[in-house]
Amino acid sequence: MGGAGGVGSAESPVVRSDSNADQPLLSLRGIGKTFPGCIANEAIDLDLWPGEIHALLGENGAGKSTLVKIIYGVLKPDAGEIRWQGRPVALANPAQARALGIGMVFQHFSLFEALTVTENIALGLTDPSQRRDLRHRIVAIADAYGLPLDPDRVVHDLSVGERQRIEIVRCLLQDPRLLIMDEPTSVLTPQEAERLFATLRRLAAEGCAILYISHKLDEIRALCERATILRQGRVVATCDPRIEDSRYLAELMIGAELAAPSHGRRPDFDAATRLVVAHLTRASDQQFGTDLHDITFDVRAGEILGIGGIAGNGQSELMAVLSGEVLADRSERITLDGQPVGRVGPDGRRACGACFVPEERNDHGAVREMTLAENAFLSGHRRRNLARRGIIDRLRTLLFAGEVVSDFDVRTSGPKAEARSLSGGNLQKFIVGREILQRPGVLVVAQPTWGVDAGAAADIHQALLNLADTGAAIVIISQDLDELMMLSDRIAVIAGGRLSPPRPVGEVSVAEIGLLMGGVHGSRVAHAS
Amino acid sequence: MDSAILVSILLSIVSASTPLLLAATGELVTERSGLLNLGVEGMMLVGSVVGFAVTYSTGSALLGVVAAALGGAAMALVFSFLTLTLLANQVATGLALTIFGIGLAAMMGAGFVGHPVPKLPGLHIPGLSELPVVGPLLFGQDALVYFSFLALFGTTWFLFHTHGGLVLRAVGDSHDAAHAIGYPVIRIRYAAALFGGAMSGLAGAYLSLSYTPMWAEDMTAGRGWIALALVVFATWRPGRLLLGAYLFGGITILQFHVQTLGIGVPAQLVSMLPYLATIVVLCIISTDRGRIRLNAPACLGRPFHAAG
Repeated sequence: MGGAGGVGSAESPVVRSDSNADQPLLSLRGIGKTFPGCIANEAIDLDLWPGEIHALLGENGAGKSTLVKIIYGVLKPDAGEIRWQGRPVALANPAQARALGIGMVFQHFSLFEALTVTENIALGLTDPSQRRDLRHRIVAIADAYGLPLDPDRVVHDLSVGERQRIEIVRCLLQDPRLLIMDEPTSVLTPQEAERLFATLRRLAAEGCAILYISHKLDEIRALCERATILRQGRVVATCDPRIEDSRYLAELMIGAELAAPSHGRRPDFDAATRLVVAHLTRASDQQFGTDLHDITFDVRAGEILGIGGIAGNGQSELMAVLSGEVLADRSERITLDGQPVGRVGPDGRRACGACFVPEERNDHGAVREMTLAENAFLSGHRRRNLARRGIIDRLRTLLFAGEVVSDFDVRTSGPKAEARSLSGGNLQKFIVGREILQRPGVLVVAQPTWGVDAGAAADIHQALLNLADTGAAIVIISQDLDELMMLSDRIAVIAGGRLSPPRPVGEVSVAEIGLLMGGVHGSRVAHAS
Repeated sequence: MDSAILVSILLSIVSASTPLLLAATGELVTERSGLLNLGVEGMMLVGSVVGFAVTYSTGSALLGVVAAALGGAAMALVFSFLTLTLLANQVATGLALTIFGIGLAAMMGAGFVGHPVPKLPGLHIPGLSELPVVGPLLFGQDALVYFSFLALFGTTWFLFHTHGGLVLRAVGDSHDAAHAIGYPVIRIRYAAALFGGAMSGLAGAYLSLSYTPMWAEDMTAGRGWIALALVVFATWRPGRLLLGAYLFGGITILQFHVQTLGIGVPAQLVSMLPYLATIVVLCIISTDRGRIRLNAPACLGRPFHAAG
């Protein structure tokens, strides 16, 4: 196997005395886990060798999270055996997993909003000696791996991207033998992702095994030596992703043929302008937010404008101003189909034909405790006439929600299911579908496919393209550059609260955009190598 | 106003504030762990009757105080078992605990009404305690008054300077995340609730052994509810709790003196003062949007059920 031989650099790599290349570091045999009503894992075999970067692929709901939670000791398997360096182990809790040297970068649910970065990291370190002088070690690790992080900031005020950096740094501090990474690069610039890959390769060369979960197939092909593909709780294939092509891997994952999104149109540069934002400047309400400076752009009918950038550069503030959750200083800063709406709230803007999909689907895009029908009513009642004289028209609401569920292939028991019972990808499809079926003239979406599997992402992308074909103007604010390059007609980058002039997507390279993201405007300069 | 009156006013402010401070410190720790226990009033009453009964029967104030703490903790244990193990609704259970505590204390205390016990002894340091003004205020209080300050500073230090305190705050902020990392959410909440119960018990003991060294039915007179409000008032920060408890104690005492001074304000209006002050301060705090949101434990009152 890879690992041991590749260690030869001058920087005194950590050679672990007991790492043994003759046997897997971790092997799973016949792992099974059943939840009421669903089999999450069934007879899963998996071997992880020291020094290998192993991809775990699968759709949302394929059982990836369950499997890694079992490895990390969060869940107990119903069946099967876990061996660590050949010895059977029972992982009763994450502390035991960490004691063995298993580290995990979570995708969700593991940060404490009210606590600072340092406190959050301290909570993940079980051994008190590791907590000594933590602040300096955080800064050192963050610098070494190109993950800029202010240890004293409260997580509450951080963006998704910055939060993910905390998770990565937290793991790296523990000097892990096996590192589990759940979609770590979704919020990094291409340059930063490259830097992270260099880090991961270095860790692997030092003998650390890495279990890498990602939906970005190109990334897996560039990084991983082996891939295990899960579908419906079972292993469907184990292969070398470097020699298989992305399309084949994606089709293994979803068990069906994947249609590439198709444009049915050419952008028409004479079409009417539907959304205009002019010299918009707005100080952030958040203590550590980003102020918007002189944002100017327009979007024509049938056009998709992509806005890229690293998390925390003003995307959430821009989204709030565009949706009307935060008002602009003057009405004419934002015009919808010629109507000034800068001082109008979200409901008024919906009345003018705009719809919005916020970045955070839980508790912002949808009320988790309410049913899908109720959630459909909340945003769609005006444009779909779901209320009569203040009384909810239950039938029309149910029909509308049912239409979203069937048109967008939302996997749920029906419109009366609670929003929180849906997986992330399904809820996202529902929210995007709910807005699109209101037939908006202008749609503003933030992170349309964040944490969504390849199949669902493809559906969402196609739906956005179809909407543009009907003459809507669409703004996509996303950190996923591949997505923006694929969908947008023009692309702009937000950095430090300033927006670069939009440019046609064919005239600009990924590298150029990466540099713009890194901060032509001076703030948050990425560590250039 | 001569210094004797001033000292007596200040002493009575300390007496009025101490039970609030004790109970609120305990509740603050409980709420920081994400558990909302509205049964403070009930736990205080049980503490006060148990403390009184044990002191009256054994003659030992120390035993009485310890018993009061245990009594309050036992009530908290009932609450924790119902809400943490059986996942009962915290608000309903807390209200029930108060009603239960009122009845239980009245029953247990029926035989003790009208019997006096000796007041908790004050500190006496020859020389220092005789100093004018400062002497009785700083060096003449009883042990529970000193303990209330010690507990507050100890709590502050624990919450913000130890890893255990960090874990407790983390559990209150996101029990799912704490569970994912591997902290025992339920056990931590049990511990926090028991501490809160014990502190409420001590607050009760202070009332029946020092404030008025006797037992009377319903003698807490709503102080448990005020302690609950103080925790919000303090936006879950111990430092502000001290300020709030003494502000509230001060206003309570002020109303007696305004009445005796014969100022031409209707007595009812003056009696409203403490509550009015609470509302005004709460309004002022709420205008600062960030503050409450940043400090309120995000999981406050939410049941935790570990998946798997």
